[in-house]
Amino acid sequence: MEPEERAPSLLEAIKDFSEHSSPVDFVIIAQHWEMFLTGIGYTLLIVAVSLIVGGALSLPLAVARAYRTPIVNQIIFGYVYVFRGTPLLVQLYLVYYGLGQFEAVRDSIFWPVLKDPLWCTLLTFVLNTAAYTTEIFRGAIEAIPYGEVEAAKACGMSSFQRTTRIVLPNALRRALPAYSNEIIFMLHGSVVASTVTIVDILGAGRILNSKYYLAYEGFLAAAVLYMLLVLIITRGFKVWEKHWHAHLRPREV
Amino acid sequence: MDTVIAYLPSILRGTWITIAVALCSILLAVLLGLLGAWGKLAVSKVANIFADAYTTLIRGVPDLVLMLLLFYGGQQLLNDLGDYTGLWGYIEINHFTAGVFTIGFIYGAYMTETFRGAYLAIPSGQIEAGVACGMSPGLVFGRIIWPQLVRYALPSFGNNWLVLLKTTALVSVLGLHELVWESFTAGRSTRQLFSFFFVTLLIYLVLTAISDVGLRWLDRKYSVGVRRA
Repeated sequence: MEPEERAPSLLEAIKDFSEHSSPVDFVIIAQHWEMFLTGIGYTLLIVAVSLIVGGALSLPLAVARAYRTPIVNQIIFGYVYVFRGTPLLVQLYLVYYGLGQFEAVRDSIFWPVLKDPLWCTLLTFVLNTAAYTTEIFRGAIEAIPYGEVEAAKACGMSSFQRTTRIVLPNALRRALPAYSNEIIFMLHGSVVASTVTIVDILGAGRILNSKYYLAYEGFLAAAVLYMLLVLIITRGFKVWEKHWHAHLRPREV
Repeated sequence: MDTVIAYLPSILRGTWITIAVALCSILLAVLLGLLGAWGKLAVSKVANIFADAYTTLIRGVPDLVLMLLLFYGGQQLLNDLGDYTGLWGYIEINHFTAGVFTIGFIYGAYMTETFRGAYLAIPSGQIEAGVACGMSPGLVFGRIIWPQLVRYALPSFGNNWLVLLKTTALVSVLGLHELVWESFTAGRSTRQLFSFFFVTLLIYLVLTAISDVGLRWLDRKYSVGVRRA
């Protein structure tokens, strides 16, 4: 004879508790860890690519703004004003849903790129973060003590040498705290990618919720993951800042 | 352009709802911000812990995630609670209320930091002087703290307002019939999504430009008597 009833294993007990007694079903989140891992991958990819490309784009723009290059300055100001004055969501919708309205776009060689949600997201995010970063760098360049520039002039440096040797290294260091904020904003802003079908962290949470008709598990998991990422980034920047701001620290007597 | 003009009434209705959401939530955010700043500056350890938890939790999580969590999860929680206690029946939160509460709740955390910083910028000697003159705490707040609190908080408040205004676009994801939702619907049925989103972009641009002017006016009003180099 086989035993009628066997004691439930620990794993089953946990599963049962999670499904029926606990307000949040942890097991179902854990079962989909692979989806959340891909989500983290997409979020990090989008944020990293936008920040790197957008940052590189913003450097010459910021220099042109800070040096008040005529005409170029006004054009950049307009670009920055539009991107900072409108919601990222609308910008993304305009690119992803909007561009397909024109036949010229649909027939062009760019269409395979422009109908892909990931490429659209990257394009929009790069332009968006470049606008914000331009303002950050411009402020940092303008905050450089004029004496430093004067000293460089007195040493006979050309305008290009002054910019690359004195102005930019100094300005980029000073921009670090504001820039770390921009990174957090970008991470926070990247969630709108989930509205154009990209499975980032929030996208994974939304899929989990709609698949099992849940109210909070997926969003809760996403919230915790985003918070962990923010924590790691802010900690990392503190260490980095300490290194790059060594010359600005008050001298120990 | 003709199609956009044909849909103008619904676009304007959406714009109005966007403005209403923004105004209601900034009001809630200011109230929560004052409460949070009080909690952070209070002597009570419990108040400190609550206020700190509020700001770190909210500022660590993206607004759309919180919005979805509070909208879907909050509704579920409210109904579960009603089931459990038997105090109320099935409740359905409408989109407008949900949007205002979530945005207000999120930006309350940012406002907490705004007001805390502004309060700390007021020289404590002035408050002591007020007390020494025999002013009641209410009088000290009304005559000394509040006017300067507004002055110091204004730049950061302005920033928060502009960010909040842009955040209202996210409420369309919950399904509130505001500007973005209206243009999405109109654009989809006419197959002219670009035109409609372009108009949406312009409307947001106008709203931020108006806010800029208004904030500059407020700044002038509240910095009367401040000498600037």
